[in-house]
Amino acid sequence: MTEAVPSYLSPTGQEIVFLLLGAVAVGSALLVVTTRQLVHAALWLVVCFGALAGGYLVLTAEFVAWVQVLIYVGAVVVLMLFGIMLTRAPIGPSEDLDSGNRLVAAVVAVATAALLVTVVIDGFRTAYTPLRPGKGAAKELGASVFATWVLPFEALSVLLLAALIGAIVLSRTDIPGGAPAQQTSGPSSGPPDATPFPGNPETIQPPAKPGTVQPPAQPEGTSPSDRTTGSTPPEQTGGH
Amino acid sequence: MLDVVLSFAVILVVFLVLPLIVGQTEHKVMAHMQSRLGPMYAGGFHGWAQLIADGVKFAQKEDVVPAAADRRIFMIAPGVALVPYLLVLIAIPLDRGLVAVDLDLGLFFVLAVMGVGVLGAIMAGWASANKYSVLGGMRSAAQLMAYELPLVLAASSVAMAAGTLSLPGIVEAWQWWWLPWQAVGGIVFFVAGLAELRRPPFDMPIAESEIIMGPMTEYTGMRFALFMLSEYVGIVVLSFLTTVLFLGGWHGPFLPGWLWTLVKVFALAFVVIWLRVTYPRLREDQLQKLAWAGLVPLALVQLALTGVVKVLI
Repeated sequence: MTEAVPSYLSPTGQEIVFLLLGAVAVGSALLVVTTRQLVHAALWLVVCFGALAGGYLVLTAEFVAWVQVLIYVGAVVVLMLFGIMLTRAPIGPSEDLDSGNRLVAAVVAVATAALLVTVVIDGFRTAYTPLRPGKGAAKELGASVFATWVLPFEALSVLLLAALIGAIVLSRTDIPGGAPAQQTSGPSSGPPDATPFPGNPETIQPPAKPGTVQPPAQPEGTSPSDRTTGSTPPEQTGGH
Repeated sequence: MLDVVLSFAVILVVFLVLPLIVGQTEHKVMAHMQSRLGPMYAGGFHGWAQLIADGVKFAQKEDVVPAAADRRIFMIAPGVALVPYLLVLIAIPLDRGLVAVDLDLGLFFVLAVMGVGVLGAIMAGWASANKYSVLGGMRSAAQLMAYELPLVLAASSVAMAAGTLSLPGIVEAWQWWWLPWQAVGGIVFFVAGLAELRRPPFDMPIAESEIIMGPMTEYTGMRFALFMLSEYVGIVVLSFLTTVLFLGGWHGPFLPGWLWTLVKVFALAFVVIWLRVTYPRLREDQLQKLAWAGLVPLALVQLALTGVVKVLI
């Protein structure tokens, strides 16, 4: 990192590409938080991650670049899209996407960016290192992770393992102390007059004759209008 | 420079021709397995030009975009589905020294880029403004999440065995006894790859008899043809990858190396078609169960086996 600094006025091709990728990453990241369309935000995130991976590639960190694509684009965003589509994914802008504290969020974002940029610029100043291909290859990376950095690596593994176990405990209901049981269970706590066939009302209905028994069963006035305007579909618990 | 341009041109030709051959083979093989003849007229000899005729038909069709759709995403989705497979092909070796780009991290590159392809299906499913399409898109996403893990684990077993992530390097290191050694991993990889392609019997996301082709419901003309093309390119890429990783690529007696690769690729493509004709569609819960309770443990066992043998040798 002590080589002579070349002039900034004649940037190399790599530097230009890197700057362009940076611009794409920042621009698409801004679109992620400003777009009014939920799914578009996730898709802009894909562009952002892609530009970031491109940046890693330009910096010869090939392994990190492909991991970025594999994990973030291929798995995280797909999981997010799955979640969005499972809950709500309207086409067109949604009005309720603003959280109300956008000003605070912007201030925090700008402050964080300013802090990071200051630290990086202050730390490196005019230090310059040329890009040598091969430094980010799997072999070098593996050697340094499992020799020099093996302790932090193992610590991170334990952290991830803890998160994994936590997720399992949270999602399982049969572990004592896990997620709270949804209802009071046990056969004795059920209502004593529960219908013997809760899933199949047709077995109870047959005695009702269309002419005689039906009218008293309906409360006057409300039922006919409810039948026509109510949006709930007729109960079909017969189960075919 | 000329070399690079030439190899990219060759790849483009391979990219366009091999899927057509696989598609035509599917027509004929399926037909004969079902005691039919299949296409017999287009082009004269046993309907060899059927897919070209199909292509002409697709090109003439109107390109309809539903009124309620998200136009831009609807229109770029087929490209997103297709381009990753084209990119993957540049890293796959056909013969010793016959590869467009010998990436040091070829295996990682291939797996990462292939995973992007499913975004096309999700985008298409969502942007079509059609409930069946959204269902199909969600199923695609769930399927990718489930099968990406066994795919990567099985592939990493080979990488461990070879001690490199470069695809030509893996083939170079391959020995015949890797066949039994990596057999489980190979099957897991092939099955998980089939599921990522959403080919039958893993075609729950596009199930035409219940959700009407899922993400592709609203597509017509060339854009639909692009989806079809990406499916067949996917078969070619999967067969190439399985050949390179598990079947020793260009290794083989008598024949030249590139021919061995192609023979193995077409044998695997035949198996893909065969499976389609043989098995009924898996239900969604069966799909998830197969991935999480079947393939992931198998892949982990293979990984352990690879590690043990690697240490013992």
